[in-house]
Amino acid sequence: MPREKFDREINAVSSELLILGGMVDKAIESSLIALKDMDNQLAEDIIYQDDFIDRKQIEIEERCNNLIATQQPMASDLRTLISIIHIAVELERMGDYAEGIAKIAIQMGKEGPLKPLIDIPAMSEISRDMLRKSLDALVNRDLIAARNVLKQDDQVDQLYQRVFQELLGLMTTDVDLIKRATYLLWVAHDLERVADRATNVSERVIYLITGKLES
Amino acid sequence: MRDNILNVKDLNVWYRDFQALKDVNIDVLSNKVTALIGPSGCGKSTMLRCINRMNDLIPDAKIEGEINFDGENINSNHLDPIYVRSKIGMVFQKPNPFPKSIFDNVAFGLRINGFKGSIEDEVEKSLKKAALWEDVKDRLKDGALELSGGQQQRLCIARTLAVNPQVMLMDEPASALDPIATLAIEELIRELSSEVSIVIVTHNMQQAARISHRTAFFMVDENRCGYMVEEGETNQIFTDPHDERTESYITGRFS
Repeated sequence: MPREKFDREINAVSSELLILGGMVDKAIESSLIALKDMDNQLAEDIIYQDDFIDRKQIEIEERCNNLIATQQPMASDLRTLISIIHIAVELERMGDYAEGIAKIAIQMGKEGPLKPLIDIPAMSEISRDMLRKSLDALVNRDLIAARNVLKQDDQVDQLYQRVFQELLGLMTTDVDLIKRATYLLWVAHDLERVADRATNVSERVIYLITGKLES
Repeated sequence: MRDNILNVKDLNVWYRDFQALKDVNIDVLSNKVTALIGPSGCGKSTMLRCINRMNDLIPDAKIEGEINFDGENINSNHLDPIYVRSKIGMVFQKPNPFPKSIFDNVAFGLRINGFKGSIEDEVEKSLKKAALWEDVKDRLKDGALELSGGQQQRLCIARTLAVNPQVMLMDEPASALDPIATLAIEELIRELSSEVSIVIVTHNMQQAARISHRTAFFMVDENRCGYMVEEGETNQIFTDPHDERTESYITGRFS
C-alpha cells in the first residue's frame, strides 16, 4: 500500500462526515422534542448548534479540496472525495431544516402545536432512519441498502400529503386556526425536505459504488 | 462500426526466448489520441515500436499477429518499412533534431521522399502545425540545436508531420521537458489529433488523463511479459475503471 498517508486522510475526512451526520441527526431529533414539549431553551440551543454544523461542513469541504489539489485522486478515490463534498452539503442543509423547526417551536410559544403530533413524528423517524441508513450504506459501500433508502422516501411523501390535507381541512373550517396550522405545515414541509436530502445522500453513495449518477 | 486507423490482432512479441508482449488486441481510433499507460516493463514501448516496424532493427525479435493499417498487415514482408514509417511517424522521449538547420530538419523527409512541390511551403505549413513557426520564422537557417528543449521537441513533431503521416507515435514526448513546455506539447497533441491519429506512451497518468480520448492500461505478468488489461474512453478509465488492476494502478495502490 504505497499511499498510506493518503488513505489515512480519506478515512479521517470520512469520519468527520459521519460526525457531521450524527450532529444533524441529533438536531432533527431535538427539534421535534422542542416542538412537542414547547421547550424554548432546547430550540435556542439547536439554533446555536447549527453554526457548528455549518463550520463542520466547510471544514470537510476544505479538506477534500486540499486532497484533490495535492493528491490527484483517481477512480474510486476521486468518486469518494467528490461524494463526500456533496453529502456534506446535503447534511448541512438538513441541519438548516432542524434549525427551521426549532424557530417554529419558538414562534408557536406557549400555545404549542395545534393538534397532537402523530404523523409529523412518524415523518421525522423515517427521515432520520433514511439519513442513518444512507450513511451506513456509505460506510459499508452497500448498494442494496442505498437503493432501499430511495424507496423509503415514498412513505414520507405520503405522510406529508396526509398532513397537508388534514391541516388544509382545519384551515378551511376555521379561519382562526390558519396561523397555528401553518406552523405545522412548515414543520411537515421541512421534514419532507430532510427525506429528500437523505435520498440525495443515497444517490451519491450509489455513484460512489457504481460510478454512475442516477436520478 | 467504429472508425479505426489501426487494428491490432493477437499481437505477440518475443526477444529471443523472452516474451515481451502477449495477446494484445486493440483498435486505434482515427483522429483520436490513444494513451498507453502502465508500469515499467509492461510492453507499452514495445507495442509502440511494433506499430512502425522499429523492432525490425532488433535481431532475434519475433512478432506474431497482425497490425492492420489501411487494409494491410504492416508486418507483412512485402511492405517496405520505410513506407510504413512515412505513414506512421514516431516522436521520441528526448528531442533528437539532426545537427542541421531548422529548415533542413523539417525539409529532410520531403527531400529523401523526392517531394516535387514547394519545400518552403511545406516546411512553413509543418512548422505552423507544430506551433513553432512564430518562434523560428526569422531564423530558419539557424542550427536546430540552438533551440530550447521544448522548441526542439516541436521541431521533431514538425519534421514528423512534414511527410504527412496518418498516425503519429509518441514515446514519452514530454518527459524531458519542463512543466510549461510540457503543457505546450500537450496542447499541441490535442490539436493535432484533428488531422492525425496519435498513440502516446506516457508514465505520467495525469498527462494521459489530460490529453487522450482513449486509454489502454498494460500490466506485466509473473514472467515479466506485458499484456493489455483494459482499454476504453479516458473519462471512464480514470473515473470508473472496470478492472481492479487498473483501479489499483491509477489510484497509486499498485504493488
